[in-house]
Amino acid sequence: MRRVMKLAAGFAAAAVMLAGCASDDDGDAGTSETGGSEDASVGLAFDVGGRGDLSFNDSAAAGIERAADELGITFQELSPNEDGSNRADLLRQLADEGHNPVIGIGYAFGADMDTVAAEYPDVQFVRIDGGPSELENVAVMTFADEQGSFLMGVAAALKSESGMIGLIGGNEGAVINAFAAGFKQGVAAVDPAIQVQDQRLAPGEDARGFDDAAGARVAAEAMYQSGIDVIYTPAGQSNIGTFQAAAAADAWAIGTDSDQWETAGDPELQAHILSSMLKRVDNAVFESVSTFLEEGALESTAYDLSTDGVGYATSGGFIDDITDQLDDYKQQIIDGEIEVSRTE
Amino acid sequence: MTRVVAWARGFAPTVVALGVALLVTALFILIIGENPLAALRALFDFGESPTAQANSLGVWINRAAPLFLSGLAVSVGFRMGLFNIGVEGQYRIATVIAAGVGAAIVAPAPLHVLVIILVAMLAGAAYAAIPAVLKVTRGVSEVISTIMLNSIAIGIAAYLIRRPFADPDLGEGENTTTRDLPESGRIPGINDLFGLLGLEEPRRPVYGFVFIAILVGIVMAVVLSRTRFGFELRTSGLNPSAATANGVSASSMTIKAMVLSGALAGLVGLPELLGESFRFSGESFVAGYGFTGIAVALLGRNRPLGIAGAALLFSFLDRAGPRLQSEGIPPAAVVIMQGIIVLCVVIVDEIGRRRLLRAEERRARVEDPQTVTEEVAS
Repeated sequence: MRRVMKLAAGFAAAAVMLAGCASDDDGDAGTSETGGSEDASVGLAFDVGGRGDLSFNDSAAAGIERAADELGITFQELSPNEDGSNRADLLRQLADEGHNPVIGIGYAFGADMDTVAAEYPDVQFVRIDGGPSELENVAVMTFADEQGSFLMGVAAALKSESGMIGLIGGNEGAVINAFAAGFKQGVAAVDPAIQVQDQRLAPGEDARGFDDAAGARVAAEAMYQSGIDVIYTPAGQSNIGTFQAAAAADAWAIGTDSDQWETAGDPELQAHILSSMLKRVDNAVFESVSTFLEEGALESTAYDLSTDGVGYATSGGFIDDITDQLDDYKQQIIDGEIEVSRTE
Repeated sequence: MTRVVAWARGFAPTVVALGVALLVTALFILIIGENPLAALRALFDFGESPTAQANSLGVWINRAAPLFLSGLAVSVGFRMGLFNIGVEGQYRIATVIAAGVGAAIVAPAPLHVLVIILVAMLAGAAYAAIPAVLKVTRGVSEVISTIMLNSIAIGIAAYLIRRPFADPDLGEGENTTTRDLPESGRIPGINDLFGLLGLEEPRRPVYGFVFIAILVGIVMAVVLSRTRFGFELRTSGLNPSAATANGVSASSMTIKAMVLSGALAGLVGLPELLGESFRFSGESFVAGYGFTGIAVALLGRNRPLGIAGAALLFSFLDRAGPRLQSEGIPPAAVVIMQGIIVLCVVIVDEIGRRRLLRAEERRARVEDPQTVTEEVAS
């Protein structure tokens, strides 16, 4: 016992001394971001998971960093806690600290952002993804997930040899439903006879399905064994499980949000990532900031195929032989000849 | 006087544990190359403007209420030697049913709220009764069954908001939710109280449910320490065979303890439901209180007052998360600190227990040299 106390005391003393040393040379670094010519300061609140998710949040981070480089703005970023209960508090803190505009990444900011925006009528709020807002100082940047997914459906149907296609989604929420609806319409446009087997990793709006690589792998293995040879996987961080199963079964998987051929990095997996549906969150963040700097206000904007807000990745070169057909469908969607619905 | 001394001695280990936890966290912050003193300042930074300070205070209170109720629910099981990991699922089921039933009925204000609270407690109790009955009749470990029931609860809740409780006015392609609770089924915020105390009023509603939580805490303190049920519960937990020998039925106590634990768990989601969200939707529902409640109960040593303190401490740290980020410290620092605090408390408690045992041993030897004591681990 006495030895334990001695140890603890020594340890405590060392820690205090270390703390003292550090405070000498550390000063108040850490608060300053890039110093810019403009005095605009942007507040950015990530979705749950924060930086480093290789997908949605990282795409937003790339956008804000580009804005800092090219437009000389400063920014403060915050991540919500694990259960996402403090989203509204993050927005309040950013508004209180004088950041303008304040950007929230992800549809989950919906109700919280409307509440906070009503409290700070002089601050411009920007929501990346999600439903419309009635407030004047909330601009919503929406993505035509269904249009990008439609093209992935076309690619899957053209590349499938067995005529069996699967989909592994994160949950049954409205966003993933739009992905699934667009994808199935794309498949049907090529061959109406193909049935898409649609499986979700979590019921309802439960977000755990986006962080369940093991579950995705089990689901994908079962699908590949049943003869399916292409799987579309809008399931965030779970996608890696589908890619692993694809590599093991020597079949195809299609990623979402970022160019997952790039983010997966591993050559073994890359050989099985046919393409990815791109959701240009980075563009939306960058353009929100630049438009706000120029005009002092922001309008809600839809990012779709016509503005390259959504699209597809060609890394790996696996779909080079069908890009003509894909671009043909893309043009038809842009021209309005094909209307892609967000619901089935 | 002796009571005060005893109380202070009981409290001392927690203070030691807190100190150690703070030091370890400081070390961690040093390792990642940030300044621990700046972090400490940020921890106690409530914001610059009076409004921001009032907001922070509101956040603190709002987060503490569900953590306190969850800790209380877990502690009832712990007292009896039951590990109810199912608080998570129990409060999810209770909240969705309370939201659905609350939106469906019409009643005058105080009665409406009362009905919602009762429905939530009943739903939580019923869901907790499943593992209790399984344990008593089939010997199924409550640890396993409650974990499984947590997963099932997510599915049931998703079904309930999709079918029976679904808001019929939802547009196509919108996420499903229940209908909003009518005005009479809500508990007004206590923001005015801030004004009365001379503070600025917070911008977000501060849950009025916090007073109900305090009331529940007082009732539980009395029940545990002053009633026959509380005595039997504690006895069964401390020494099951002695309790059985004295006519306390282990199986009936198991069911009673789990049902009470579930009823308390049913309250966990209500501060938010009745004070701010007014409806249950998959994306706004805050999950995880059931698991954090386990840590809160441990830290509070299963006593209502201790749990209240633990809940306040945890929510104080949670509240500081965004401030720490402003100082460049990742939000994970808060989670690390919470984990280390619980770990330290458990370790310090164990050290204290062994010391007590050895002191007892020595006293016994002095009084009667013939006494043979079993060697306790050093």
